[in-house]
Amino acid sequence: MKWLLVAIIVAATTASDFLQSRELKRSIGDWSSLWRSGWLAVAVACLAVSFFAFLKLLSMEDLSFAAPATAATYVTETVVARAALKERVGGRRWAGALLVAAGVALVARPGT
Amino acid sequence: MTGGGRGIRLHTWLLVALVVATNPLGNVALSRGARQQTASTGPAWLLEKLANPWILLGILLLVLWTLSRMALLGRADLSWVLPVTSLGYVLSVALAGLVLGEQVGGVRWAGTLLIVAGTALVGQTEPNTTAPASPRSESR
Repeated sequence: MKWLLVAIIVAATTASDFLQSRELKRSIGDWSSLWRSGWLAVAVACLAVSFFAFLKLLSMEDLSFAAPATAATYVTETVVARAALKERVGGRRWAGALLVAAGVALVARPGT
Repeated sequence: MTGGGRGIRLHTWLLVALVVATNPLGNVALSRGARQQTASTGPAWLLEKLANPWILLGILLLVLWTLSRMALLGRADLSWVLPVTSLGYVLSVALAGLVLGEQVGGVRWAGTLLIVAGTALVGQTEPNTTAPASPRSESR
């Protein structure tokens, strides 16, 4: 159950940040275009899903587990940034994402 | 980190302080509210939780966090924002130990510090890789 919740949080946060980044970059300084497209509303809806799943997770697990575990979004967002936002992800950036993944794995070990 | 006057830079750092403080404080408030016993399950559980003052405080702080983070993303690069604000993870774990009384062992601390090291490494890379013509600048 707790890993299902972490998966939901990571997926929803990644979708929300992808949409926020794309929409904010697309419409720099053009606020009316930003609101009219409707994608920002989808991003906020994803954020709400992520929030309720995080709330449920906190009712079952330690905060010192939940906060670092959701840092897995750094890895998924690096992948999405490369694949969908066409950002160029070099060796150092991949290494950083892998360090984050290692940190998440350590935090996730039971009974630590 | 080039460009922008002293006032703009101060404004940026104030936003960073707001982002770094509101996330762990919001997490602690949510965590406290989430753990209180409830009578109901399912959808009613959610309604009962949303009436809890700790949850409401947590939501307020996390709304502030989201808005200040968006404002920061408008004046600084995402890859600068991520490592700088990852300090919030350390504060979350520290507050979990100090305020919520969680047992935070060495392995969990090591994992948290690895996460911060990873984001710091990412922060050293070129911030903007999609617009090669634009100058590398903190403020727009």
